[in-house]
Amino acid sequence: MEFAEAFWVLLLGSLLGLELIGKVPPTLHTPLMSGANAISGITMLAALTLIITADGRTPLLIIGAVSLGFALFNVVGGFLVTDRMLAMFSRKSTRK
Amino acid sequence: MTLIFKFWIDLLAILLLALGIKGLSKVRSAREANRLAATAMAISVVGVLIGSFGSLVESPEAWVWIILGSALGGFLGAITAQRVAMTAMPETVALFNGCGGMSSLLVALAVRFFPATDSSFGFVETISIVISVFVGSITFTGSIVAMAKLKGWLSTPAWMQNKIRHVINIALSAISLVAIAGLLGGSNSELWLLIVSSSLLGIGVTLPIGGADMPVVISLLNSYSGVAAAAAGFVVGSQLLIVAGAMVGAAGLILTKVMCNGMNRSLLSVLFGGAIGSTPSGGNDSGEYVNITSCSVEECALTLEAAERVVIVPGYGLAVAQAQHTLREVTRALEGNGIDVIYAIHPVAGRMPGHMNVLLAEADVPYEQLKEMDVVNPEFPATDVVLVLGANDVVNPQAKNNPSSPLFGMPVLDVQEARTVFVIKRGMSAGYSGIKNDLFDLANTSMLFGDAKKVLGDLLLELKELGISAKA
Repeated sequence: MEFAEAFWVLLLGSLLGLELIGKVPPTLHTPLMSGANAISGITMLAALTLIITADGRTPLLIIGAVSLGFALFNVVGGFLVTDRMLAMFSRKSTRK
Repeated sequence: MTLIFKFWIDLLAILLLALGIKGLSKVRSAREANRLAATAMAISVVGVLIGSFGSLVESPEAWVWIILGSALGGFLGAITAQRVAMTAMPETVALFNGCGGMSSLLVALAVRFFPATDSSFGFVETISIVISVFVGSITFTGSIVAMAKLKGWLSTPAWMQNKIRHVINIALSAISLVAIAGLLGGSNSELWLLIVSSSLLGIGVTLPIGGADMPVVISLLNSYSGVAAAAAGFVVGSQLLIVAGAMVGAAGLILTKVMCNGMNRSLLSVLFGGAIGSTPSGGNDSGEYVNITSCSVEECALTLEAAERVVIVPGYGLAVAQAQHTLREVTRALEGNGIDVIYAIHPVAGRMPGHMNVLLAEADVPYEQLKEMDVVNPEFPATDVVLVLGANDVVNPQAKNNPSSPLFGMPVLDVQEARTVFVIKRGMSAGYSGIKNDLFDLANTSMLFGDAKKVLGDLLLELKELGISAKA
């Protein structure tokens, strides 16, 4: 990937992020933070690439697997915990 | 063929992620949006696997490591997410966040130390690795310190309140810069120096920050972990990673700013000010209380019985005492007797913006009864009784009528407009800001001293004796 190309991607991605979070009700700050946090675990893709391209070199495989573990801890935990929080908002007064 | 396929999968994943973040900012769509984002992540993994299908077929041992790493991380993450109490949410987010930063850090390290045989490091690659390592380390240690502080495992050491900490942090930044310069020169040994100095910097910046500012810091660190992910994207050459990381980084920054506005604090003062309580404040802020009225639970129950309209102001203290369930029983009893009850939620109530809503929702408080500050403020004059539960600075009238107060300008709940105010509080200690609360001195304010959970429990009993209890 060319640097200029990657830089454009970075710039547009940042603008998109700024634009998406326009007006958030305070109620959703905590879930939004935790949801965005789960997305930042996207580094799992980098860890995955690392393992795949390791070419049988053991240290790379180990670091890649550890990194993948950390990232997945972030992703799986983050999404589940966000879901748990949001589940509480959706069950309304109908439940006694 | 597979490359084109991977392109479309990446595009789909990015679109879904963007829609997910968008949806997370609206109550109605939030839960679906969260699932959408999770789906997008799963799709992106499939994309990577398909994109490098060829090399995966050649090296079956890669599968072993992939499954090992993801099973362990995913399993621990799932367990943590299920087990953790709702009150412990801020530190949990911090922990997850730190692990994300660690992952970016490890990727950059591996790429630098074990480069593919035919590649050399250009300026861009090196810069990406440096940013990934630097930001990743800060995110990791900063998040872990934030978690430890919120858990109460760590408190701010006295010397950290001192100005010395600025000197230390500046020195650490300088060392990091030296290490970065060395790395750009092509040497590898400075990488360890960079890891150590930036890790210490993460600790040094986070440690002096006071409890109530922690959410802002976590939000900021969350933004950093996005930046680290984007940098890792540059390192491994993945557009998807760059976009997703940049989105999280930018969104996190906005969220951090929104939180700061809610507390009337600037980001700079959160980061460099430490706890406000430690700075000497103006003369009339630290005044003595002259007109404190303390009352018994019985009196409070009698007043509540005669009320028609009650507003509950829950705060940090309620979350700490874990009294939200007892509170719900009290309000059920009142509602059962035809008393109108609503909850006034200050934007920064609880331990994190929105945290109070989560806690009350957990205790089965109907969502419609939670009112935001702007909605509830005009209604206070028509309110008979206000119960302030473990909130302090957010109900301080100084913010409205004392221009010399450090709180001046912060949006607050105008509880003093109500006929009677009961403040349930453990003692006369000042709130987080360390500033006297003029509300406590007012004639229509009565103090009920004690742990929120215990006081509410007693109140429930008193109400029962008056014949007020929840309808069967």
